[in-house]
Amino acid sequence: MAKHKTPMLDELESGPWPSFVSDIRQQAEKGKQILKDAPEDLLGILELSYEDKVTHWKHGGIVGVFGYGGGIIGRYCDQPQQFPGVAHFHTIRVNQPSSKYYSTNFLRDLCDMWEKHGSGLTNMHGSTGDIIFLGTTTDHLEPLFYDLTHELNQDLGGSGSNLRTPACCLGMSRCEFACYDTQEACHQMTNEYQDELHRPAFPYKFKFKFDGCPNGCVASIARSDMSVIGIWRDEIRINQEAVKAYVGGELAPNAGAHASRDWGAFDIQKEVINLCPTGCMSWDGSKLEINDKECTKCMHCLNTMPRALRIGEDRGAAILFGAKAPILEGAQMSTLTVPFMKIEEPFDELKELIEKVWDWWMEEGKNRERLGELIQRQSWQKFLEITELEADPRMVDEPRSNPYIFWKEEEVEGGWTRDINVFRQKHQR
Amino acid sequence: MPYDPSDPLKDRITDIGPRYYEEFLPPVIKNNKGKWLYHDIIEPGVLVHVSETGDEVYTVRVGGCRLMSIEHIREMCEIADKHCDGYLRFTTRNNIEFMVDSKDKVKPLMDDLKSRKFEKGSNKFPIGGTGAGVTNIVHTQGWAHCHTPAIDASGVVKAVMDGIYDEFGSMRLPAPVRVSLACCLNMCGAVHCSDIAILGIHRKPPMIDHEWIDKLCELPLAIAACPTAAIKPAKTESGLKTLEVKAERCMFCGNCYTMCAAMPLADEDGSGVAILVGGKLSNRISKPKFSKVVVPFIPNQPPRWDDTVEIIKNIVDVYAKDARKYERLGDWAERIGWERFFEKTNLPFTHHLIDDYRFAYTTWRQSTQIKF
Repeated sequence: MAKHKTPMLDELESGPWPSFVSDIRQQAEKGKQILKDAPEDLLGILELSYEDKVTHWKHGGIVGVFGYGGGIIGRYCDQPQQFPGVAHFHTIRVNQPSSKYYSTNFLRDLCDMWEKHGSGLTNMHGSTGDIIFLGTTTDHLEPLFYDLTHELNQDLGGSGSNLRTPACCLGMSRCEFACYDTQEACHQMTNEYQDELHRPAFPYKFKFKFDGCPNGCVASIARSDMSVIGIWRDEIRINQEAVKAYVGGELAPNAGAHASRDWGAFDIQKEVINLCPTGCMSWDGSKLEINDKECTKCMHCLNTMPRALRIGEDRGAAILFGAKAPILEGAQMSTLTVPFMKIEEPFDELKELIEKVWDWWMEEGKNRERLGELIQRQSWQKFLEITELEADPRMVDEPRSNPYIFWKEEEVEGGWTRDINVFRQKHQR
Repeated sequence: MPYDPSDPLKDRITDIGPRYYEEFLPPVIKNNKGKWLYHDIIEPGVLVHVSETGDEVYTVRVGGCRLMSIEHIREMCEIADKHCDGYLRFTTRNNIEFMVDSKDKVKPLMDDLKSRKFEKGSNKFPIGGTGAGVTNIVHTQGWAHCHTPAIDASGVVKAVMDGIYDEFGSMRLPAPVRVSLACCLNMCGAVHCSDIAILGIHRKPPMIDHEWIDKLCELPLAIAACPTAAIKPAKTESGLKTLEVKAERCMFCGNCYTMCAAMPLADEDGSGVAILVGGKLSNRISKPKFSKVVVPFIPNQPPRWDDTVEIIKNIVDVYAKDARKYERLGDWAERIGWERFFEKTNLPFTHHLIDDYRFAYTTWRQSTQIKF
């Protein structure tokens, strides 16, 4: 017998897509979580929000584990008498392994631990990438952290004004397009910056994301202050026989991604050559040619003919900075900063770069100012100065159209100090 | 030694980071890392990756609710133990991937997945989310856990995915359509580069809890939080320090509420859904681009958000019929022109859709290249 009547949520149990309501209900009925009433009361308070059309969660309080300033988000509901099972309902962010592969042993251990210390509800995963344990009380936080670190050799992720839990695509583990080892880079950078991740010292949040190629499956260009996007500098490797097989219809284009609809026979001219944004490809009926020097690595031809074309062999990543969501000055994507960097252990070049950026941002950034906003406020030129990088036309879509250049005195012959009296000797008042 | 509450810092372990990913890689993945040659999507939701060693890995992708119980996770473990040697993975978009190392293991796995349903009939593990179709919606917490949302998240996602369910299990669209949801402008879900973004917005300025605000908040921080300088110091009649909001300057970003709990702005009539379309993250053919607001407001309609679902279904349908192969939603809208987009989708164009914030001018048209 359900504890609360939930007529509106019940309507979300029908339909083909998995129902989170049914799932929470099965946890309420079958689960052995220590906070026994949490799933029922979560449904109850959610139903109340469905009636009232507003949330019933309050601003988070300051809760956490000793020595950490992040990883746990305090959460309280505003109807504790009615829903005591979720009166205190704090979130715990657990740092996910690179690319979110799991053994069932480890997943079961996590489930057992959460059954012992919380609501039995999770997010797999949160928006930034963490395993989210959804809802527990303050008294469970220290014991959970102790068990997590001692029994599972597993740490918390980030929250607040610190480095947020880095994330990566699946990279070389199962993708032929990966231009560097995103998993290893993500893991090592996460471990290198544990202090930044757990103890807030920044003006606001900072995110790393590692995409293996310009397809951008982990959304780094939109969602991370530092986006590391795999790219190559040399030639796309062509298997001419396989190209012919695509043209001849023996291989399905785009790895079969359009297979549910009849788009007609594959037309390499129309679907590849003419869609190439730089026009750097040609097909003469028997041979595909690519002028690699003009290629911008958009991935379309590789995505369309993955068995015929492979990424080059001189691989690394482009580094971009400054993406963020709209709060506060408007949404931004990352701007290209380093066109190419080898991304190899021990990742020193990347670390050196990010530390310069952090030093500047921590010095100059205002409270809750993301890096992308600081760069806009102080100029790209200033950003080049602190990163000690040379200007490169690849950093812009086009040169400036206004001529208001902030020349520096040392750039101008003779400097800026002049004598008005010398001027007057030649020019009357 | 178990945790000792009288000495919480004893034997403390900190800063050990995540578990090393390598221990969680299925053998076929571990053995072939960096050696993959190509992949094929055999049918919607089923991929094969082929290695230069000759090894193959077959992946069955299923949709999941990111709000998930441990009972459900244990069921996934049971499936992975039975079919996949005890390994599985999650994708960035809340899908779950079950991997097997030979083709004969695919069908039993798929049959098993398809057979599992929740008590009221919804599928536990719908197969799909690949290629030129709709994959799972990435989303935020909504009314299930967050203090700032304008809309629910999990419920809206369930309703929308039920509405476009057929596109999850097929690949008949011109290109992938990535749908995302963020329940407020803070955008933990960073939906600003999605083909279709469902965004919670507020339309009423914050209320002020005059009796409490000076006790709960740092007033200067709340004032400084406002990007339009709409908040200024004030005094109540009884002489308490408080704040005042110049309502006509408020753009309902909620940044003040983030800084100060005594300035709530959510409202049953004021808060609801905005729809943005045409963003993308990939560099394929065209550059990554932002999503644009095409529906400024739809009221919250729990439990099934009927208007939101209908509007999204309509956009997907019109796009599917009109766009060229490989053309993402935003590329299509740009090719036909935004005036045509509104005509074809039957969505009203109102002044709310013209930018008037920081980068506004960059989105206005400075040309006579127009359509009639």
